[in-house]
Amino acid sequence: MSKFGNDNKKAMPALTTSSLSDIVFMLLFFFMVTTSMRETENKVLVKLPEATEIAKLDRKDLTSYINIGPPVKHLQAQYGTDARIQLNDSFKTTDEIRDFIAAERDALSEADRQFMTVAIKADENVRMGIITDVKQELRRCSALKIMYAARKSAE
Amino acid sequence: MAKKTPEINSSSTADIAFLLLCYFLMTTTMGQDSGLQRRLPPMPDENAKVEDQKVNRRNIIVVKINSQDRLMAANEPMDVTLLKDKVKEFLTNVNNDPNMSEKTMKDIEGFGQWPVSKGVISLQNDRGTSYQAYIAVQNELVKAINELRDDFALSQFGKKYSQLDEDKQKIAREAVPQNISEAEPKDTKK
Repeated sequence: MSKFGNDNKKAMPALTTSSLSDIVFMLLFFFMVTTSMRETENKVLVKLPEATEIAKLDRKDLTSYINIGPPVKHLQAQYGTDARIQLNDSFKTTDEIRDFIAAERDALSEADRQFMTVAIKADENVRMGIITDVKQELRRCSALKIMYAARKSAE
Repeated sequence: MAKKTPEINSSSTADIAFLLLCYFLMTTTMGQDSGLQRRLPPMPDENAKVEDQKVNRRNIIVVKINSQDRLMAANEPMDVTLLKDKVKEFLTNVNNDPNMSEKTMKDIEGFGQWPVSKGVISLQNDRGTSYQAYIAVQNELVKAINELRDDFALSQFGKKYSQLDEDKQKIAREAVPQNISEAEPKDTKK
């Protein structure tokens, strides 16, 4: 009699793990939808300046990035600590912005070209000289819609 | 009777899904970019004759930042925190001071007549100015204009600017235009 009772207590029912994969897949889909592929590797250190009146960028796919800042630690031996411009994956000079903008513009469809935005991601300690040069060059290529990237300050 | 198919062991699908998840976590970015949006003035045609900008002197407030990140607005040195009020005072010009910006009656579509300020903020910086100071000043200028738009929206529509619908936001934008001119680069040392 008691034998039956003991048997019933000891036998643990197997956990069904089949729903676990569903949960993980849902997580996976969430991340696939909300994120976008990282396209470039940062070669410059950028600590964005703080601002309060920032607006969100609405179309990420229409945005080209210009990173400006001192090179990252392991490249400092080669390139020094002076602020440099990074376009796509390499260091460039201001003269090469023209080609970069032209290439970015060609990649967009005809209708979207007028909405192209150039986001300037510059380190907060960069001097304005280099940024003025970039701005002048952008004006010359008539890429007039720009955005100074900034992060929301914790007030 | 058909043979019963043995159950497929599905415990490893979770592991596979986890691997995929980790891959996506590593290779993608989530952060939304945000910042101060601005329109650059188009490059003047090199062949065209340089015309005198027909802007009355009283309509311009000059904001200068030197290489030591010191600020000067309307010919007096100033702290960044005070700039916003100065700009607001200049643009609204409640007492119709002849040294501050004039206003003209402008017909705004879908709203009617409204005295729109003709004030222009001219921002000049040195090559040695730090980006941080520059953005701080830009931020204050945008803040001043945003607050003026809020005031306008509250008094006319009873709501804040951000809560208005698209048409009314457009009216508010026309009533309080954002005229920030980033001057041609020049030396501000002297």
